[in-house]
Amino acid sequence: MDSSTWIGIISICAAALCMAIGAISPALGEARAIQQALSSIAQQPDEAGAISRTLFIGLAMIESIAIYCLVISIILIFANPFWTHVIAKTGGG
Amino acid sequence: MDITPDHLILFRWGFVHLNATIVYTWAVMLLLILAAWAATRKIRLEGPRSRWQNAMEAIVLGIRSQIREVSGREGSNDYIPFIGTLFLFIAASNELHVVPGWHAPTGSLSTTAALAICVAVSVPFFGIRKTGLKKYLHHYLSPVFFMLPIHMISEISRTIALAVRLFGNIMSGSMVVAILLVIAPLFFPVLIQALDLIIGLIQAYIFAILAMVYIAAAVRREDEKPQEQTT
Repeated sequence: MDSSTWIGIISICAAALCMAIGAISPALGEARAIQQALSSIAQQPDEAGAISRTLFIGLAMIESIAIYCLVISIILIFANPFWTHVIAKTGGG
Repeated sequence: MDITPDHLILFRWGFVHLNATIVYTWAVMLLLILAAWAATRKIRLEGPRSRWQNAMEAIVLGIRSQIREVSGREGSNDYIPFIGTLFLFIAASNELHVVPGWHAPTGSLSTTAALAICVAVSVPFFGIRKTGLKKYLHHYLSPVFFMLPIHMISEISRTIALAVRLFGNIMSGSMVVAILLVIAPLFFPVLIQALDLIIGLIQAYIFAILAMVYIAAAVRREDEKPQEQTT
């Protein structure tokens, strides 16, 4: 197999792995955060506003990790720099 | 497939290239300016108010109450122009996704990086204006002087995080719709686009609130100093 095939295979596998692991771990983190926030709201309903605002900010922080993984996967699939380099080097095909 | 609207060139004249990001940013700006002009044209304090004025008052009061919850009561009026503009611009450009053929300018990393750099510049601006230059710079050396690189890294990384978070959310929204149009073109893209509208609004809220949290953290250092000394 030539190098462009290898780059294609490895890019797709890396994108899939990146998205899989990058979706699982923020999901676990967000689940913990939401669980804790819900039990806090259940204990102190008066503080629901402050808790949910902080929860939103924290969720955005956690979720940005998943978004980084998504951006890397999309770059690997749709705008792969190594792929374009090899294609440009071998002159298309 | 294009992942940013930067590559979509709508107009070229000599070496000037107008890409979709710039044109749609101008469209959002024009829309916001027109709406603000229409709302404040017949503004009045007493008597019956126009619908535009009522809507605009509701928006401004909502933004102010959200800012006050983060920054405290005093000085919250200083932040309304900046935070409110950020929120309204991002929310408008995300929600206009209902218009067919719209490319949200926030789906381009250039726009979001520009907004994040605005936040990164405004944090020292408000901090220095409130606490003074010496106290603000002294924060970088606290608690000990070799924390300086860590403070710098945290400022840079949170700026990058702001930019990439907004870009990734909006870009992935339109990309998921494009992929779903290939797989299941009948009904699901509509649902996902409705979800995108919610995500766009939440991201606008989060961007504005995070900017406010960063500014409040820079401004509040003055108040925290005496507490640290007494304890």
